[in-house]
Amino acid sequence: MAKVHTPRNKDLVPGIGRYSRSAIYKKRALYKRKKTGVKKEVAEELKSRVKEVGGDKNGGTRVIPAKRESRYYPTEDVRRPLKNNRKPKPTKLRSSITPGTILILLAGRHRGKRVVFLKQLASGLLLVTGPYKVNGVPVRRVAQAYVIATDTKLDLSSFKLPERLTDDFFKREPKKKKRTEDMFEDSQEERKPSEERIEDQKTVDEQILPEISKVPHLKKYMKTLFSLRQGQYPHLLKF
Amino acid sequence: MVYKRLVEIGRVALINSGPDEGNLCVIVDVVDQNRALIDGPCTNVCRKALNFKHLSLTDFKITVGPSAKSGPVKKAFEKGEILEKWEKTAWAKKLVTKKKRATLTDFDRFKLKLAKQKKNRVLKAELKKLRGEAKL
Repeated sequence: MAKVHTPRNKDLVPGIGRYSRSAIYKKRALYKRKKTGVKKEVAEELKSRVKEVGGDKNGGTRVIPAKRESRYYPTEDVRRPLKNNRKPKPTKLRSSITPGTILILLAGRHRGKRVVFLKQLASGLLLVTGPYKVNGVPVRRVAQAYVIATDTKLDLSSFKLPERLTDDFFKREPKKKKRTEDMFEDSQEERKPSEERIEDQKTVDEQILPEISKVPHLKKYMKTLFSLRQGQYPHLLKF
Repeated sequence: MVYKRLVEIGRVALINSGPDEGNLCVIVDVVDQNRALIDGPCTNVCRKALNFKHLSLTDFKITVGPSAKSGPVKKAFEKGEILEKWEKTAWAKKLVTKKKRATLTDFDRFKLKLAKQKKNRVLKAELKKLRGEAKL
């Protein structure tokens, strides 16, 4: 096991170390070391300047600070959040999932359905299609945690995905807030898929359907829901 | 006689757990009330004492002397064609299908279901026909 780095100066509470700076200086024996490095030459900044003052009895000139101090002085120490440079790593795709793999969905309104995996999107979600004509699953995104990968695979080597099918494509439009009188009544408008979606669904499914009908019984398989029988244990099953 | 399969020298048994699971062996000697000395030169089972709990007795028996060495056991086993006879039993066939079922993928299981349905449909129709004839 790799040794875990623990700082000598542990945090008492976030943001405040156990030791002072001088105590750390002593602990690290920095006094033994020679300071190297050349001092930066800083152009001297004028701290004050001379201002001419009008009036007979005022002496003619006065020295005033070059920069005015801020009038604001915080009465209380403001807690600053600690620096955090961590960026989430991109999701790793399970090795059993490759384009064309048949997946079993485990959650959501399409749970139990068998779908075709198309591509992993930049967000790490899986792009998946039913195809819509077979089992009613449109082109949609799924998290790979909610999916079982099977050994059955389609050959999608000549498959071409429409360019615009990215994460942004699936973003929902924010709901418009209603401020009128019929605020509490349900609107009669139904949510309909956009033209673009219908079009992309067609182009995707047209390429996949012939692949499915190539394999005997596969279409029927895609149509039926997955379920466990008595005496079947998912951890012992091979998919 | 109630029991047909007895623990006796020369009894062929199936090992049902451990690293030799699924292999046949021959009881060569009885060590005590818990263990038997077994040998399986034809099925790659090393000669050792094994608990009776891990043995399932079969219908087969070969004639060997008590504590017979591997050579005579092998000879008698091959002469009796025990392995060939064993593979023909329903028990052995069941074990084979069980093993094969475990390797089926989800799609294979689905295809199996379809085949079963097809078979049962034919059977049911035939049975209906026969019942109708019986009534007449």
